[in-house]
Amino acid sequence: MIPQAFAYRRASSVAEAIAILQEDSGAKLLAGGHSLLPLMKMRLANPATLVDISGVKELRGIQRVGDEMVIGALTTHAEVAKHPLIRTHLPALAEAAARIGDLQVRNRGTIGGNLAHADPSSDLPAVAIAYDARLTVMGPAGRDVLAAEDFFLGPMVTALPDGQVISSVAVPIPASNTRSAYVKCPHPASGYAVVGVAAAVAVSADGTVEHARISVTGAADCAYRARQVEEALVGKTASLETVHEAAQYAAEDGWIGSDVYASEEYRRHLCCVYTKRVLQKVLL
Amino acid sequence: MSTVFGQVVKRREDPRFITGRGQYTDDVQLPGMLYAAILRSPHAHARIVSLDVEGAKRVPGVVAIYTGRDLAEPMGTVPTAWIPPESSLKTPPHHALAVDKVRYVGDGVAMVVADSRYAARDALDLISVQYEVLPAVVNQVEAMRDGAPVLHEEAPDNVAFHWQIGNVTDEVFNQAEVVVRHTIRQQRLVPNPMEPRASVAQYNPATGELTVWVTSQNPHIHRFILSGILGIPEHRLRVVATDVGGGFGAKIAVYPDEALVAFAAMDLGRPVKWTEDRREHFLATTHGRDHVEELELAGTRDGRIQAIRVRAYANMGAYLSTAAPGVPTILFGLIVPGPYTIPYVGVDVYGVFTNTTPTDAYRGAGRPEATYLLERMVDLYAREIRMDPVEVRRRNLIPADEFPYHTPTGLEYDSGNYHLALSRALDMADYDGFRRKQQELRAQGRHVGVGVTTYVEICGLGPSQVAGAVGFQGGLWESSTVRVHPTGKVTVFTGSSPHGQGEETTFAQIVADKLGVPVEDVEVVHGDTARISMGWGTYGSRTTPVAGSALAVALDRVLEKARRIAAHMLEVSTEDVECADGQFYAKGAPSRSVSFQDVALQAHMAWNLPQGVEPSLEAQAFYDPANFTYSFGTHICMVEVDTDTGDVRIDRYIAVDDCGRVINPMIAEGQVHGGIVQGIGQALWEGAVYDEQGQLVTGTLMDYAMPKARFFPNFETAFTETPSPHNPLGVKGIGETGTIAATPTVVNAVLDALAPFGVREIQMPLTPERVWRSIQEGGQRS
Repeated sequence: MIPQAFAYRRASSVAEAIAILQEDSGAKLLAGGHSLLPLMKMRLANPATLVDISGVKELRGIQRVGDEMVIGALTTHAEVAKHPLIRTHLPALAEAAARIGDLQVRNRGTIGGNLAHADPSSDLPAVAIAYDARLTVMGPAGRDVLAAEDFFLGPMVTALPDGQVISSVAVPIPASNTRSAYVKCPHPASGYAVVGVAAAVAVSADGTVEHARISVTGAADCAYRARQVEEALVGKTASLETVHEAAQYAAEDGWIGSDVYASEEYRRHLCCVYTKRVLQKVLL
Repeated sequence: MSTVFGQVVKRREDPRFITGRGQYTDDVQLPGMLYAAILRSPHAHARIVSLDVEGAKRVPGVVAIYTGRDLAEPMGTVPTAWIPPESSLKTPPHHALAVDKVRYVGDGVAMVVADSRYAARDALDLISVQYEVLPAVVNQVEAMRDGAPVLHEEAPDNVAFHWQIGNVTDEVFNQAEVVVRHTIRQQRLVPNPMEPRASVAQYNPATGELTVWVTSQNPHIHRFILSGILGIPEHRLRVVATDVGGGFGAKIAVYPDEALVAFAAMDLGRPVKWTEDRREHFLATTHGRDHVEELELAGTRDGRIQAIRVRAYANMGAYLSTAAPGVPTILFGLIVPGPYTIPYVGVDVYGVFTNTTPTDAYRGAGRPEATYLLERMVDLYAREIRMDPVEVRRRNLIPADEFPYHTPTGLEYDSGNYHLALSRALDMADYDGFRRKQQELRAQGRHVGVGVTTYVEICGLGPSQVAGAVGFQGGLWESSTVRVHPTGKVTVFTGSSPHGQGEETTFAQIVADKLGVPVEDVEVVHGDTARISMGWGTYGSRTTPVAGSALAVALDRVLEKARRIAAHMLEVSTEDVECADGQFYAKGAPSRSVSFQDVALQAHMAWNLPQGVEPSLEAQAFYDPANFTYSFGTHICMVEVDTDTGDVRIDRYIAVDDCGRVINPMIAEGQVHGGIVQGIGQALWEGAVYDEQGQLVTGTLMDYAMPKARFFPNFETAFTETPSPHNPLGVKGIGETGTIAATPTVVNAVLDALAPFGVREIQMPLTPERVWRSIQEGGQRS
């Protein structure tokens, strides 16, 4: 578990990081290093150059901007998990961040790195999709905004164009009648989600589900939006019956996978069980 | 006498470990040191057609590259050191690097030595090997079938050995009122000590001396065997293993790797270091367990077990590791009757070669396998005759007045009070209360269960005569030297080789207790063949009963001499000297006393010693135990199963163990805790899984689930103390009891919880999916 030789460069600004990525096609960004370095030690990733952006101050911090929480890409999971505004307005994000890996991982790993790496079992993609988060990405041509929902394309494959940098994640603060949560079945070895489900659901004063965004991670080749569950919820009365009815569609919108720990059949079953549980949490 | 024996004393070794000041093998830095990396086979079974190292040689910093062909001549093969008698054991040659054929993923193919670890690793990628891939077999039962791929021509049926013991006959089963039959698999485990294996070798051409630092549980065994492989006389070979970060059996074996490093150091005339990485550990360090067992139990309708018969297929992997053949035979078969008065026992074991990493001892080594199958069968029997499993155990436990007890397998259990440990544990658990509550919860649709294990363990290995009789290629006695310095401070040199068990503390307590000196005045030295005359190491829960006893004998000798000197100083006869709390008194005149320190000083000054008494105050003992010792106890676990997901939650875990007299309750408890965690690891999470091509699928810590602290409730532990009559301290072993007892306890608890679904068996580890499936397939709820 010794990586190949690589060049190390330290960027002091986003612009400098982008410039290095443009001139060196073998370069990869290094933020917290908790996804990339293990791959390098296994020699599954062999970047020629690491561009260390961990010192770029403009990428840090959490702030409220209008009706959005804007989280700098270099914000660590630990910072996200304990931030009072995140805990108040985006509890599912705080819950997910608090359950990533272990303390050391949460103190080093970053939200931008996590989303860019797009591990299919990662917790944050589900939460980002459920909250309809937007990723601000910066490249040589300037700034662009991508919806989390459209960002994850496959295992470790994203819509992030080559040579660009995620600079921040903007999450709209849900309306006051929205409740949200994240539940997960962790793999006993890695702590990654075998199945994780995030839900953000709004219920009207008369108890009707107005709006629902449900996303599932871990089960499929990438996190997906469980649209059939959402459709089965919206317009219905928030009840145990509605939850049970809707949850059975939890595995219908993803390419559910199988591995030595959990078969496709069992993962499909877990999608339904955990969707039921997250919906009970937010609706009942 | 002081009362330090039996008291909690904080582990004296811990401050250096937890502040990063231990001296582990990888911490050894020597001038001019080179680094080795080993190219390991990516195939489970393949012929090496060609091997080209030219590209690798061009990597800057590479000093030398060795292949199997280079080393087959100058180096000896890696031996097997346990040859059970009458087992037709085959020992095909195990070369340090594969010569023509690789036999498992991880088999060494070539070694690069370079001036940095990075260069050595980079060069591995440039060694070009052409393999002719052969069909592989990873399952031991399949390996014995006709037409299976053959690993070694010396064993055309892949059977490495066949071993039997017992007195059972078909007659017993034909006439039995109840016969329970079952087949179980005890999965393969990866030991995963925190410190991976490592070795550093330094050769001094001027003196012809070779020093090898190695992560070893038994440096003298390493010296003995390395001497043979390398052709270096033992008196020119020093093996050092001072701080070792856990072993769990995996650091008993002598591996090709340390021999290769030593060879390179001699060949190149420069020190060479090799440190295994975690991925390499998964592939190239011995694994544990991996049995398939066909089981039969015969009993009466009223709960008397009459016979147990076992046919076990033990997966030995591609080669027979150092102690491997003894594990599924002697350490397994002899203890199959467990703590019960079972009159008839039959054990039939096949050790089988497969294209997998070699197996060897793993914490408990054979005894967990025996305990698991027995406790599972007792519960199935209880279910069959509709009797509470605790009642079945009560009816079959060996009564306290029948010790020493002779088993049908030839063991003599030294002492025990099995019923006492059982009743203590049942009280702590409120077993009857739990059974009532279980009925209520079941009515509410909740599925809680309880598992109870009563066990006995062979430990304190062991009398050397028995070692010889069972084919262990070594002795099992232990040495101890007690050196009292002129100021009365004491250095103890022990032949055992603790690697986390805390003997630097417990042995100091033994010394303090005997000599009346403060614990702080005692230093315990271990793990260096240059400082310690001889020893057989730490494994088989032998360190306290055997090395501790050697220490006690040496201390008695020191004390006897000190008493003679004290008598001379007090001008009374030796018989009139009394000794307490480090003071020697004239009998009847307690005001006249000399301290142990005074005596030590006089012994060294030697100005005025009694006639015939030599100067200095030092004694050595070589202690060979009269018998094994047999720890025992009862463990109880309560679980709840989430039937929606199959998740198992451990609600309570109660352990009552008896290891004879307890020297340090905190350390004993720590041993029990660690053991329980590893035992439950097997029950619920751990498993080395190979695919059909022989690739280890669970080959990293991201896939192979080691237990984590948050998986457990607080353990509730207690000790009963039934002294061993065989050794001067009355002690038994405690290092493996938890691992032995915990696995069946948890599995039986889960199966108890799922009894309403008719579930009889779930393959370990009991992953949520397996539990969930067993519920789906278990049939209708009764």
